[in-house]
Amino acid sequence: MAHMEYNVPSERWPVHPETATLEGKNKFVGFWIFLAGETALFASLFATYLALKDSVPGDDHLLAAELFALPLAFVMTMFLLTSSLTSVYAVYHMRNNNFKQMQLWLAVTVLLGLGFLSLEIYEFVEYVHLGHTFRTSAFGSAFYFLLGTHGFHVAIGLVWITGLILRNAKRGLSVYTAAKVNTAALYWHFIDVVWVFIFTIVYLLGVM
Amino acid sequence: MATTAKKKGFGSVIWEYMTTVDHKKIAILYLIAGGFFFVLGGIEAMLIRIQLAVPNNDFLSGGLFNEVITMHGTTMIFLAAMPLLFAFMNATVPLQIGARDVAFPFLNSLGVWLFILGGIFINLSWFLGGAPDAGWTSYASLSIDSPGHGIDFYAVGLQITGAGTLISGINFVTTIINMRAPGMTYMRMPLMTWTTLVASVLIVFAFPPLTIGLFLLIFDRMFGSSFFLVETGGNTIIWEHLFWIFGHPEVYILILPAFGIFSEVFSTFSRKRLFGYSAMVFSTVLIGFFGFMVWAHHMFTVGLGPTANAIFALATMAIAVPTGVKIFNWILTIWGGSIEFTTPMLYGLAFIPTFVMGGVTGVMQGAAPADYQYHDSYFIVAHFHYVIVGGVVFGLLAGLHYYWPLMFSTMLSEKLGKITFVLFVAGFHITFLIQHFLGLWGMPRRVFTYLDGQGYNTANMISTIGAVMMAIAVVVLVINIIITVAKNKQVGRDPWGDGRSLEWSLPLPVPYYNFAQIPLVRGMDAFWIEKEANDGKMMPAESLDDFHMPNNSILPFIMSLGLFIAGFGALYFASGKEWAISAVSDMPQHPWALWLLIIGLAITAGAMITRSLKDDLGYYVTKEEVLRDLEEEERGAK
Amino acid sequence: MKNRWMSAKWIGLIVFLAAFASGCGKNHLSTLRPAGEVGQEQFYLMVFSIAIMLLVVVSVIILFSFAVLKSRRSKLGEDYKPKDVAGNHVYEVIWTSIPILLIIILAVPTVYLVFKQGDVRGMENEDGGINTEETIVNVTANQYWWEFEYPNEEVVTSQELVVPTDRRVYFNLKGGDVKHSFWVPAAGGKLDTNVDGINSFYLVFDDDSAEESNRLFYGKCAELCGPSHALMDFKVKALPEEEYDQWLADMKAVEEPAQASTDDAAEGQEIFNNSCIGCHAVTPQGAGAVGPNLANFGDRDLIAGFLEHNEENLVDWIKDPESFKPGNKMTDQYDLSDEEIDKVASYLMELKVEEGSGDVESLREKPEEDSEEGGN
Repeated sequence: MAHMEYNVPSERWPVHPETATLEGKNKFVGFWIFLAGETALFASLFATYLALKDSVPGDDHLLAAELFALPLAFVMTMFLLTSSLTSVYAVYHMRNNNFKQMQLWLAVTVLLGLGFLSLEIYEFVEYVHLGHTFRTSAFGSAFYFLLGTHGFHVAIGLVWITGLILRNAKRGLSVYTAAKVNTAALYWHFIDVVWVFIFTIVYLLGVM
Repeated sequence: MATTAKKKGFGSVIWEYMTTVDHKKIAILYLIAGGFFFVLGGIEAMLIRIQLAVPNNDFLSGGLFNEVITMHGTTMIFLAAMPLLFAFMNATVPLQIGARDVAFPFLNSLGVWLFILGGIFINLSWFLGGAPDAGWTSYASLSIDSPGHGIDFYAVGLQITGAGTLISGINFVTTIINMRAPGMTYMRMPLMTWTTLVASVLIVFAFPPLTIGLFLLIFDRMFGSSFFLVETGGNTIIWEHLFWIFGHPEVYILILPAFGIFSEVFSTFSRKRLFGYSAMVFSTVLIGFFGFMVWAHHMFTVGLGPTANAIFALATMAIAVPTGVKIFNWILTIWGGSIEFTTPMLYGLAFIPTFVMGGVTGVMQGAAPADYQYHDSYFIVAHFHYVIVGGVVFGLLAGLHYYWPLMFSTMLSEKLGKITFVLFVAGFHITFLIQHFLGLWGMPRRVFTYLDGQGYNTANMISTIGAVMMAIAVVVLVINIIITVAKNKQVGRDPWGDGRSLEWSLPLPVPYYNFAQIPLVRGMDAFWIEKEANDGKMMPAESLDDFHMPNNSILPFIMSLGLFIAGFGALYFASGKEWAISAVSDMPQHPWALWLLIIGLAITAGAMITRSLKDDLGYYVTKEEVLRDLEEEERGAK
Repeated sequence: MKNRWMSAKWIGLIVFLAAFASGCGKNHLSTLRPAGEVGQEQFYLMVFSIAIMLLVVVSVIILFSFAVLKSRRSKLGEDYKPKDVAGNHVYEVIWTSIPILLIIILAVPTVYLVFKQGDVRGMENEDGGINTEETIVNVTANQYWWEFEYPNEEVVTSQELVVPTDRRVYFNLKGGDVKHSFWVPAAGGKLDTNVDGINSFYLVFDDDSAEESNRLFYGKCAELCGPSHALMDFKVKALPEEEYDQWLADMKAVEEPAQASTDDAAEGQEIFNNSCIGCHAVTPQGAGAVGPNLANFGDRDLIAGFLEHNEENLVDWIKDPESFKPGNKMTDQYDLSDEEIDKVASYLMELKVEEGSGDVESLREKPEEDSEEGGN
């Protein structure tokens, strides 16, 4: 193995720049395995939520059907689904060695993610005002833990992608950064898929 | 080796180990830390046996006894057995597959430091108000009820070490998938590598449920949630499910790498290839797969209902089949071989009957109605020590003697090794065989004492005598290690003479870059093939050239330290707060706890951001340096 | 050296079998001396599985010993080159299918007994209420004592469970504070007392076995529940049905606390009523109290579930319960002088239920609406 070149000239830009190096390949495989672990993590969270979703101390405590507002959850879903799409655009431009477009679409992804997170925070504040908090019932604990863990993942993703945009600004696109962008996009898709499950299991099942 | 030959100052050696990303040095870190915790857990075991030697003993009080058994279990499983296995996985797997390092050397270092600091965190509980006392299973109703911060140390500490374990698991899977040398196909990998792969996959799926379970416990105890508080709708059975969804695969995470070590030992010291290799691989995978479908056999008496009990009973019994396949293949490996009775081989031979006995009592417990009697009695204690000591610890001791030359390029004394072996194995059977009967005679486990006149006296005394023998065996082992290190008599390539897999083809001590040239693997038992065909010289798969190696880094240590500090913040956060559970609401308030939590997390986050923003491209080992090393080695050989 | 070790193993096996033959444990607490249908079935299953497993262990050890003995390098010579064998499909099939067969054989009685012993439909009558024809006991486990309530007869007692022999006794189990596990080894396996819900099962006590063990069996808590987990014992008194009915009737006849007969005891009663009665009832009613019911304390066989029943032990216990059962809930709940404790003790020793005072006939005549209570 001779010296590796990260800054591949555009005429030799590979079809899959993210796995062009051994580090890139490792990152790719390793991250998928990490996501397998994350799946087990969220599966445990969903199981806990399903076990506790109707467990409140008294009749006066609000349950899912009285709390949830589907329109808001629907708007949040749209924000996150669209952001998943824009992250696909970013990866597409990364593969085409189009640095500017990649940065742009990453930025759009972050903005949509921020929108989602703001709505989620707004929703939580509303619930707390209605007396549905982390501490009042097992239902509340399970609800905030599941959605909070997801929200925390979104926040991490936002910091991560913002960091990427900033560091890329100075360095430009190379196969080294390509691997980083690709893993971040994978992560973002995963968060999105988890949200689809949350929307179905928590919101739809909750109001039905 | 020009650099390693130089005598280094003590401080620089410490710094080297704190920043190292070399899998061989990380293996040594795991070995030292795991060995330390093993001795600690052993001392706790001795305290238990002293307390139970005679009826109505007051050597330990009921409360202290519960702390000791909890720490014994937690320490042995999480802080001794797993790290020691990680030591051997790290020491062997990259060498067995022909790689220069693991896939993520930085994460490898992070894994070890999370484990070490998490382990220290749990054990600091002894000095900071008392250890956890709800058993290593820490069932929720009791762990919520337990006063003081003991359980908090357990929950936070395990969270930290657990993160390290998960990271290491991901790392090994990626390494084995991506970093195999040319020709090293999956079906040519040594069994140690295969079992590491399967155990690592199990880690990836088994640890997240524990993470969630621990978070539920942490939130209930430290942040006022009510997952396990029945008054506000909580349910304590959730903990039991999550714990055992982790806990049962954990047993296989421990035993599979031990199976791997034994497979290597059997074929090496029988001078014969492993019998039924593909059946062995298949049964390993199958055991790992079944491992996730039997967790509720730990909960037969919880009242899950007859249907659940029947299903889990059948699934449990089914695991006996692939395990049986392994046992018979090992016996057929020995059969017709040429057995050399080295210390590792002796452990291997003692393992077979011992593990079969532990295995069959496991199947007996699978028969659920009979398990209503065995459950939580000394029968269970006997059973799991037969599989964990008879399987895992024998495996670790075999691995310690077998891989010692690979790790330190010296040999442990065979004579002292055999003394340890006889004392340990005899002591083990004396300690635990009789405990089956104690259980059947109606003695529950986790009792700090028993009354006179129940027929338990003699059996408990016998058990304690056996434990003393095991303790003496470990002392002899420690003496053996000290003597070997002090003598420091170096050995050369293939010290056992019968090495078969790639790791034994390397010169000792193994160069920091492992392979001057990545070897070409031409079949199973790659080194053995070349010994037969090519006088033991591996064929290179690449021309001699510069190659890339990762830089050392202190960041993994700093990240772990941040979590360690944040752990204390979380731990004391609920202390004295009016919303807290009654176990800690009467304790003094600690206003600094929140700040400690924030500062700790900020340190970790800062280190992570530094890591992300600073490109760390590693360095190149030049062709000239490698050539110099090769020449030096040749001179040494002559 | 290997040989010596192997022969040591055989000696070990003989000792093991000898120990097995000589010691099946004590009548009143060993799982190997089953005292009723449930324990008997479980015992048969245990013996059956042990037999299968011994077959496996013995054949493995024989095969293994042959393999080791015939393949020693000291015998074959340093230069012996073993033939490499990749594997053998026939062997693989054999040692996969035989274990599968053995497991199927073991699985049949296992599944049968799981469903048989899990069947508690007899506890309920047709309307889903509590079946008044059956013997039903509601057990509440507390740190570190047991409460036994007989919902059909509305009698409450603690620490000493009284059951009729030769018929099913159904139990409803729950944990009062943390999780415990209810285990009478001689009568059958255990079941947990969860804090989240009620578990039900049944046990049977044979009259012959009961007689052999002086009508007393030991019960234990089998789930770690705190510092005094080891001392959370209870006793089971298994009586023939008539005596059991008489006992219930006697208990039911107690409507007000027994009156003290001596001056000391009378003073003790007053002290008790001022300091202790908040937790301890002295009439056999009121399930779910903070402390054990003491209505028939004088008749019991043990103090605090594990100490010999005499006044001296009782005084010591009241003086410093923490030194006997660490972590118990009684410590520091009262402030009594030594003299007062002596008086309370002499009062408690007098708390006996008069034998034959109750009317057995009236026991079973119950108004209909009673059957709705406690049936969950």
